[in-house]
Amino acid sequence: MEYTLLILLLPMLTFIGLGLFGMKLRPAVAGCIGTLSLAVTALLAYMTAGQYFLMPRVDGAYEKLLPYNFDWLHFTENLQISLGILLDPISVMMLVVISTVSLMVHIYSMGYMKGERGFQRYYAFLSLFTFSMLGLVVAPNIFQMYIFWELVGVSSYLLIGFYYTKPEAIAASKKAFIVTRFADLGFLLGILLLSFFTGTFDFEALTSGDTSVFSGAAGVTFMGASVMSWALALIFIGGAGKSAMFPLHIWLPDAMEGPTPVSALIHAATMVVAGVFLVARLFPLYIIAAPEVLVGIAYVGAFTSLYAAVVACMQTDIKRVLAFSTISQIGFMMVALGVSGMGGHEGTGYMASMFHLFTHAMFKALLFLCAGAIIHTIGSNEMSRMGGLRKYMPVTHITFLIACLAIAGIPPFSGFFSKDEILSATFSFSPVFGCFMSFVAGLTAFYMFRLYYGIFWGTPAKHEHTPHEAPKSMTIPLMILAIITVFAGFIPFGQFVSSDGQPYTIHLNLGVAIASVVIALIAIGIATYFYKSKCDIPERLLNMFPHFHRAAYHRFYIDEFYLFITKRIIFNCVSRPIAWFDRHVIDGTMNGIAYVTQRASVLIRGLQSGQVQQYAFVFLLGTLLIVLLVVLI
Amino acid sequence: MGYSNFLFLKEELSLIAVMVILLVYDIFGSKKSLNYFHPVACVLFLAHTLLNLFPSEASEAFGGMIINTPMGDIVKTILNVGTLIVLLQARNWLHSEAVLIRRGEFYFILFSTLLGMYFMISSGNFLMFFIGLEMASIPTAVLAAYDKYKHDTAEAGAKYILSAAFASGLSLYGISLIYGTTGTLYFADLPAHIDGSTLQIMAFAFFAVGLFFKISLVPFHLWTADVYQGAPTTVTAYLSVISKGAGAFVLMTILYKVFGNLIDEWRTICYALIVLTITVANLFAIRQQNLKRFLAYSSISQAGYILLGVISGNELGMTSLVYYILVYMISNLAIFGVIGIIEHRTGKITINDYNGLYKTNPRLSFVMMLALFSLAGIPPFAGFFSKFFIFAAAAQEGFYVLVLIACLNTIISLYYYLLVVKAMFINKNDTPIETVHSDAYTRISLVACTIGVIALGLISAIYEQLGTFSFGI
Repeated sequence: MEYTLLILLLPMLTFIGLGLFGMKLRPAVAGCIGTLSLAVTALLAYMTAGQYFLMPRVDGAYEKLLPYNFDWLHFTENLQISLGILLDPISVMMLVVISTVSLMVHIYSMGYMKGERGFQRYYAFLSLFTFSMLGLVVAPNIFQMYIFWELVGVSSYLLIGFYYTKPEAIAASKKAFIVTRFADLGFLLGILLLSFFTGTFDFEALTSGDTSVFSGAAGVTFMGASVMSWALALIFIGGAGKSAMFPLHIWLPDAMEGPTPVSALIHAATMVVAGVFLVARLFPLYIIAAPEVLVGIAYVGAFTSLYAAVVACMQTDIKRVLAFSTISQIGFMMVALGVSGMGGHEGTGYMASMFHLFTHAMFKALLFLCAGAIIHTIGSNEMSRMGGLRKYMPVTHITFLIACLAIAGIPPFSGFFSKDEILSATFSFSPVFGCFMSFVAGLTAFYMFRLYYGIFWGTPAKHEHTPHEAPKSMTIPLMILAIITVFAGFIPFGQFVSSDGQPYTIHLNLGVAIASVVIALIAIGIATYFYKSKCDIPERLLNMFPHFHRAAYHRFYIDEFYLFITKRIIFNCVSRPIAWFDRHVIDGTMNGIAYVTQRASVLIRGLQSGQVQQYAFVFLLGTLLIVLLVVLI
Repeated sequence: MGYSNFLFLKEELSLIAVMVILLVYDIFGSKKSLNYFHPVACVLFLAHTLLNLFPSEASEAFGGMIINTPMGDIVKTILNVGTLIVLLQARNWLHSEAVLIRRGEFYFILFSTLLGMYFMISSGNFLMFFIGLEMASIPTAVLAAYDKYKHDTAEAGAKYILSAAFASGLSLYGISLIYGTTGTLYFADLPAHIDGSTLQIMAFAFFAVGLFFKISLVPFHLWTADVYQGAPTTVTAYLSVISKGAGAFVLMTILYKVFGNLIDEWRTICYALIVLTITVANLFAIRQQNLKRFLAYSSISQAGYILLGVISGNELGMTSLVYYILVYMISNLAIFGVIGIIEHRTGKITINDYNGLYKTNPRLSFVMMLALFSLAGIPPFAGFFSKFFIFAAAAQEGFYVLVLIACLNTIISLYYYLLVVKAMFINKNDTPIETVHSDAYTRISLVACTIGVIALGLISAIYEQLGTFSFGI
């Protein structure tokens, strides 16, 4: 499967080509080049998936393949860093997800970004992002993953700040970069700890289940926890930053300042699930070395999903609703990983998490692209400017509805199957936990339909010109994603991806399924009653709990809390004194040294007189001094 | 002794062949055919370089008079590459009116000095070494005074020959003392006879001074600034990289091979000289306005860094020394290429003249900036890696204070290198140097140097390859 290298090379070359020469091309040509190259990439990814999953299994599991692995930095015998490609079920699955969504976004952007300044730059960045994301998922060692992890962060930064004349966009891109970089510090520390004690960067060695790799860490503890727990918890912090887990989620809503297709690609379908992917990649290690961290991940995920769902109920900006919904859904995936065990029925959570990652990527990308189509025609993100759009935008309406039903968990749409697996995994972990997650799932259905009715039903807002359906280049990706969303649930996902690689047949847990569908239907019913036509109950409810409403609308003041910490405490108590020290003591010392150097330079210039007889004298003197020096010492 | 011994002089013989062919061509060639003299010389020398590109097996010839080591062969190759670049950059100057008539000799004399350096590198006996040293020195004085009707140049030549004679005299005195105390001049036999008596230490010190002069360490550096400034720029380039590189390598091999027993003594000397050289040269460099003089002091301080590789006395030291010479050579030649072409076309040579150069000559300024960054040791250019390795070599032997002093000095050097960059890119100038068109030869040399400055650091294979040939005490 040597051609897998092309999957990485094509987007990279496209980035370099468009980045260097894009401005010389007509925008449409640049867009076509980007899209075509990505179409080929996607095709190769599908070929890889087909070929990989049709391979005969070894001992019931799919083999891990390393079509490429070359020594990149060879420091010592024990410390080498290689670059390569690792193919295993989850990386192949991610290849398919990323290339599919990216292709859709590429096509969609041809219509959405038409006429924007820097159209070529936009496609160059999209290619860079796709390259980095693909490189991340196929990384065979944690170091390569870290490199691409950072590249993903950079390209996300570039794309969020694409409208660089808009101050909000610049602020958002900086925020995203700083917050995720901050989390990446944890990741880096985790990597260093892990590799220091295990002596390897290789995923293969780390996750083989062989406990001898971390025998070096045995007995080393720090503040009551074993060093492996620390390492894995730190690595999770990196994942939590990228995947916007509470309390590191604050960058994601702001990241919506970027172009909407970018939000669909990066902040809904691919980059934000990198954290989930990371935990899944190291899952065997978590299970063996630090099961308590895994439980912690479950709690973080559960809290995040509830928190984000509550906030999503109160937002009026449609992209922000979707952003919080993304955070909430990633919380679901984290929960599923956290409650999972290893092998067979125990491993349902792992499988469910990956399954949900897959289906969520498709329907959330669809939701964002629909939102893009709406914003494209309305020119605003605010729900109050919308309403009654179903007559004007039939295709967008139907596809949005399909996605809403999928995320709400209504059969037979794909979200139902994956969410049902997650719920049944949580129920078998702890019934209380299961009930909790079911409640959050109900909230999901509620806020999604609040959004749906707010956009497509109700009284139409006044528009300067009549809203119209988006062009073909935008609706076709919508339809393709909608079709995937309808049918993806029937993929026998457990056959391909499972915790221990053994095929696992998904069977619906009927009790859980019925309960969750009923809850979803009730939530949809409430939303219908509240928002389909004019109704004053929501207004009255808001007035009953004004504080709660205001707090939820302001996302429970987490941003303000961070600002307080940074501006008031860190800036005043730490940065200012350091700045003073730097300006007066350090700079003063440096200036002093520079002054002394200059003076010394003036003083010794007499040595160079230009007279050769004096040179000879100094020469001889020097020789004699040397002789004296060595003879006397 | 059979004639087969001459086979071990393959590289020397092929250089002599090039020299003879060029000499005959110059004397008997028709006026018209002499138009092709420079390209022919370049091609012949390139052929010679390629023929001897790869190191051969270690060998001994003429009863131990000649000792070939793979590392020595590599250094010769490095010198060849440097000479080739100098040759490419020399064309403009060689075709100027004042020099054209004497052009042919230039190649012959240049190659004679190179031949002398070959013999220095391959020598296995102090007499052989001394012949090589003189062969490299005396023609160099001729080169320095090549433009003999120019006052500065004539002065440079006179100063060089006087200083060199003085240094050689001291060196020869040292050698005579060595022979007096041990009864042999063969490198292979000497270590057994060297027991560290006072006379031997004195002998060693006098001998080493000759080489210290060659690589211009403080306080044996006083000739450097005057000669570098006065000599034609091409010759200055040659002096600053080729003869310095050869000198440093020979110094190290002799210290390792012959005076291994006196390691404590020569380490003390090197320690003092490194501190003195780097610091004093940096202090002088800060104040220079003339770029050639500026580069003279810069090259003196670089010699101090090179000595850091010597002092470590281990394999890493040898590897990093050779690597340092290579990187320093490429970076310095890039700068000399730029200032050579600008001096030739406009006659301007001070830093102030370079104000606003970026506006009129963006590409030349860019090349010069990269090279200066490399000399200053800014990552990711090659100079950073060479400094890093050479510091690592010294630190490995426990010279932490020395490395710290060297590191502090890199800050000073950064300051003065950046002064030039600042002049080119930031300082305003109403009458900047007009746009200079360089000829194809200079262009090739500058492109090669630029690639070298970037690639030498990033391709780790080069350094690793050098490492396989190096040896310590």
